[in-house]
Amino acid sequence: MSTTESPANGIGPVESAPVYGVDNPAPLIEAPRRRTKKTPRSTRGNFEMAAWLFMRLSGVVLVVLVLGHLLIQLVLDGGVSKIGFAFVAGRWASPFWQVWDLLMLWLAMLHGANGLRTVINDYAERATSRLWLKGLLYTATVFTILLGSLVIFTFDPNIR
Amino acid sequence: MATPVLDKADAAPEPGFADSPYITVTFRVRRFNPEVSAEATWEDFQLEIDPKERVLDGLHKIKWELDGSLTFRRSCAHGICGSDAMRINGKNRLACKTLIKDINPAKPITIEPIKGLTVLKDLVVDMEPFFQAYRDVMPFLITNDTNEPTRERLQSAEDRARFDDTTKCILCAACTSSCPVFWNDGQYFGPAAIVNAHRFIFDSRDEAGEQRLEILNDRDGVWRCRTTFNCTDACPRGIEVTKAIQEVKRALITRRF
Repeated sequence: MSTTESPANGIGPVESAPVYGVDNPAPLIEAPRRRTKKTPRSTRGNFEMAAWLFMRLSGVVLVVLVLGHLLIQLVLDGGVSKIGFAFVAGRWASPFWQVWDLLMLWLAMLHGANGLRTVINDYAERATSRLWLKGLLYTATVFTILLGSLVIFTFDPNIR
Repeated sequence: MATPVLDKADAAPEPGFADSPYITVTFRVRRFNPEVSAEATWEDFQLEIDPKERVLDGLHKIKWELDGSLTFRRSCAHGICGSDAMRINGKNRLACKTLIKDINPAKPITIEPIKGLTVLKDLVVDMEPFFQAYRDVMPFLITNDTNEPTRERLQSAEDRARFDDTTKCILCAACTSSCPVFWNDGQYFGPAAIVNAHRFIFDSRDEAGEQRLEILNDRDGVWRCRTTFNCTDACPRGIEVTKAIQEVKRALITRRF
């Protein structure tokens, strides 16, 4: 077929004459992602991805930390009866156990708090109940982490 | 080959067909009519029906012979249009693909509208939030070249196989309305939207995968998936929905790290 048969607007001879032109523009097709005014605005960002990844990574680390902790505290060397002020003071004299306990405190608290946050997101239906439950959760988490860190850093074995 | 004919018309009936094949089945249907009552109620219907018929045939029998006010969606009635997803005996299925004999007709068969979407009447729900999430992931081919293509966009068989599973979606909403995260506030994109995003994200001809991943990185995007596998169980097309969602998660993580 020779090209001269095709009109300039690109519509071949098989098809009918163009319906739309400069004077008669085609109807505007709405953008596919148009939403109503009631729709909450987009909440993109990498926070949810970071939280999701943190849960997996901290979980793996916590398996080692927590199981090791339970083994040392409850099973080895006389079990739970050996735990006392002197035992804790002896352990925290070493920076290794200080780091271990600090890491375990922070990871376990953040892991648990993030898990509860997703539970609240999934189960609390009203915005106000979400707000209050999350407020309570974050307050408790921050308080526990700060108190625990304070104890680990300022622990004095010679306390009277 | 010879044309099949009814040459056994005079012979004795096959075993199992000796008597009437019909059995009595109770259909317990969740009825809701906002013009009559604000409450939804259960209504029982007794049907004489062949157990090899489908649940949809039972609903037809009710609508055509017992109660014409029963309202439900169905279009093709052969499991491809995705209109008649409903909750049958507590599980999301297509009424046109569920045989009565397969779901224990000895007990009443409960039929409810799919969960998580507003019920308009009887088994009909408002599908708009579902389709809004579908439109949000831009389920169409996007390329960067501004010129019209002069030939077919070719693709190798391997590239096509990469997303073959997610091309099978019929948008029946059985997966999305089986998802407990979607039931809560309906803001989660839902498995169906993610499946249809997956279909283009992993298509070698498409060039807007990055945009779609960014859309699904939303607070209510793929990260709300709790991998309960309800969607995979519910899918009447056998799509591995949860696997597709996990692949989108992996793509989001590996493109950054």
